[in-house]
Amino acid sequence: MIFKAPLLRVVTKIIVPPIILFALYVQFHGDFGPGGGFQAGVIMAAAFILYGLVYGVSTARQAITADVTRVILALGVLLFGGTGIVTMLMGAEFLDYSVLGKTPLAGQHLGILLIEFGVGMTVAGAMITIFFAFAGHGKDGNIALDQENEGGGND
Amino acid sequence: MIAIALLLFMAASAFWLVRLRNLFAVVMLSGVYSLFAAALYLVMDAVDVAFTEAAVGAGISTVLMLSTLALTSRTEKSHNKLSVMPLLLVFITGGVLVYGTFDMPRYGDINAPIHQHVANHYIEKSAAEVGPPNIVTSILASYRGFDTLGETAVVFTAAIGVLAILGRVKGQGMSTSRVAYRRKEDVEEENKEDDKAVSDKKETTS
Repeated sequence: MIFKAPLLRVVTKIIVPPIILFALYVQFHGDFGPGGGFQAGVIMAAAFILYGLVYGVSTARQAITADVTRVILALGVLLFGGTGIVTMLMGAEFLDYSVLGKTPLAGQHLGILLIEFGVGMTVAGAMITIFFAFAGHGKDGNIALDQENEGGGND
Repeated sequence: MIAIALLLFMAASAFWLVRLRNLFAVVMLSGVYSLFAAALYLVMDAVDVAFTEAAVGAGISTVLMLSTLALTSRTEKSHNKLSVMPLLLVFITGGVLVYGTFDMPRYGDINAPIHQHVANHYIEKSAAEVGPPNIVTSILASYRGFDTLGETAVVFTAAIGVLAILGRVKGQGMSTSRVAYRRKEDVEEENKEDDKAVSDKKETTS
């Protein structure tokens, strides 16, 4: 375990679900407000990284295993590219979503939703993968940030 | 006015960053720098960019740098020798860059080339052609879908690169069943390679 302080642990437990919810909001509300797949992916990754920081990498890895992050990582790009292939198969150009729906606008909407989701998956997978790859190198598979507590961190 | 204040804050934190030798403080301060940049983008009405900068620059990259610090040392090696040549080079490059900005159109100038090209088309037609009220989303996802696909591929490649270098230490990144099947010699060899990678990184950071 990295942070044994109960306050941090409890606050983390409370705050992780809202972060994930906010990531989903940013993901699917990107058409109407600021945000989109990239930001959503980063926020989603932040939730797991926060959990990993406070509870330790091995505990966080039980919540989201290495295999799962890798599948998500690859599936995102595949969904993006696959959408392009589907539009090609339906007779339009690569990534021209207009053919996906009954009307061009509906098609565009569906296509944007799909590829934004793909971007979100890949970004979230990449950020989680990179963080755990780095953090997994510390002692006992944990990131050795607890030294900061003792050192005061302000020297 | 706010923009100038933010720019001054950014310049101040950049100077401070150069002076600092404690890498922990450097990482934290670069996060602060990113946050100022995000605020600046917000002032300039680039909400999406500000969002990304705040999430990636101030958030994720700070955490990633911290986790890198945990693997290396926390203080930079001090060298007090003043080297003239690099200083001169930095001043010349900076001077050229500042000189270059004199030719740039003023902020918000309606006759600037950037506002004469495809921007008008996006603003006028994107609601009819693509749909979403957020034009940035229409541009990123539809008009410039190729670009975004490329960016996603870059992120994917970055993660694959990190996995290739760091991903297999102590069976951390592997499912346990596969770890059990690995030969002892393989593990030793991998550990050697990883040690080398870590020490290489130490050299480049310090």
